[in-house]
Amino acid sequence: MLTGIAFYLFSAVLIGAALMVIASRNPVHSVLFLILAFFNAAALFILLGAEFLALILLIVYVGAVAVLFLFVVMMLDIEFAELKRGALQYLPFGGLVGVILAAELVLVGIGALVPNAGSLVPHATPGHLTNTEALGRVLYTDYVYYFETAGLILFVAMIGAIVLTLRHKPGVRRQKIALQNARDPKLAIELVDVQPGQGGA
Amino acid sequence: MIFTAAFQHLGLPYAWAWLISQVITMAIFAVSLLIMLAYILLADRKIWAAVQIRRGPNVVGPFGLLQSFADFFKFALKEPVIPAGANKAIFLLAPLMTFTLAFAAWAVVPLDNGWVIANINVGILYIFAISSLGVYGIIMGGWASNSKFPFLGGLRSAAQMVSYEVSIGFVIITVLLFAGSLNLSDIVRAQAHGWFAFSILFPMLVVFFVSALAETNRPPFDLPEAESELVAGFMVEYSSTPYLLFMIGEYLNIVLMCAMISILFFGGWLPPFHVWPFTAVPGVIWFLIKIWFFFFLFAMVKSIVPRYRYDQLMRLGWKVFLPTALLWVVVTAGWVLVLRTHAM
Repeated sequence: MLTGIAFYLFSAVLIGAALMVIASRNPVHSVLFLILAFFNAAALFILLGAEFLALILLIVYVGAVAVLFLFVVMMLDIEFAELKRGALQYLPFGGLVGVILAAELVLVGIGALVPNAGSLVPHATPGHLTNTEALGRVLYTDYVYYFETAGLILFVAMIGAIVLTLRHKPGVRRQKIALQNARDPKLAIELVDVQPGQGGA
Repeated sequence: MIFTAAFQHLGLPYAWAWLISQVITMAIFAVSLLIMLAYILLADRKIWAAVQIRRGPNVVGPFGLLQSFADFFKFALKEPVIPAGANKAIFLLAPLMTFTLAFAAWAVVPLDNGWVIANINVGILYIFAISSLGVYGIIMGGWASNSKFPFLGGLRSAAQMVSYEVSIGFVIITVLLFAGSLNLSDIVRAQAHGWFAFSILFPMLVVFFVSALAETNRPPFDLPEAESELVAGFMVEYSSTPYLLFMIGEYLNIVLMCAMISILFFGGWLPPFHVWPFTAVPGVIWFLIKIWFFFFLFAMVKSIVPRYRYDQLMRLGWKVFLPTALLWVVVTAGWVLVLRTHAM
């Protein structure tokens, strides 16, 4: 009973927050509603018994990705009225994507694609293993090559981003930390014995 | 949990007895945490003063012991000023968020064997997640104030906290490799035969300590509120109770980091030696002693070390700590593997 109430509460807030992401006028509010949506998705994961996934969702998406979103939205001075004006012309395409997604969900829900999809859902904690352990065994034992391929792809993407943004300007004086740390008073300070009347310009 | 049995005795069904006892435990825990925080704040100021050969707060109560309570009433009774250009909802939400998250993280901290409000399997991930959410209070406060200094402070803080979380994450992984569990109580129990600080994890302790300073915006990494450049950073526009919530949240996070150092590296509630006079002391006292010791170190760092420059801070996080921690994950994994194969 209690889980049922919690499920409907979290789902309702999740859908409401997701609606507000696209409905709110202020882009910063949109990102904050997106974070609320992530939060409730994590809570739904916990209700399913998948506590590891829930916390990873929080750490990765809320703790890192959404912070970067917020950064970009706050820093960029985008004219949002300008953006909104052309939004209506994307309506047919967006509507098409939405209809396809909804149709897929309904097909899976009524069991037209896979007859007994409900019973095929794997349990979050198989046997006596904890959620984390079970995930680790599947990921690092059965699918280790796929996992490593995924890591490699991400690595290539990271290098690609660096290559695209790295500029080597000539004539830039760079700091050499080792040199700076190696300086001591003997190297940095020169004591000059100035005779009276000899100093100055 | 002691209360559950008592309420069941009164004829309540188990679920209700559990709920009520849980609420009572949380209330007691939160109030004792706040009272300890009052003295942590005082200790911070007293240590800072002692290093500078001053007396520090010494007027309210004997030796100034009631200073924090006087401060509390002063903050709570003043008028909160909300700037005209501020985004009011987010401006008020930000300190509430910092405060709530700082409290929420304590739910999984084991004070003694079995003395924990929520003994969840992924306790350490939970603390990591909650502390990585702490950045929102700061960035929201900085943005909602609609003023330049708070905004710059908020951005700095967000970049700083995101950077140091990476190395904290890797340090936690090395500890997990040793302990073999994500549950904080199990991590402490795994140290029964030797604290992790006195193993090959020692360099990770250093990385964790410095990263904890940066993560909680403590000096020498207090760039988000560097008073010489940004007045008070993201807190410039805050006054009275909202400011108080920010400050309590910040200090709660500092104490949490001290608790994390004790749990991950210094055996939480375990005594240093398993012989009589040490084992007679309750575990919670050992835990508190460790927390206070690490807070003393935090306070000494604050009063002794000069502030870092921002580029130095970023360099330390990304170019020194991250590679060291990564390397140490590999070394620790190899070490654990070798030990296990020898043991078999």
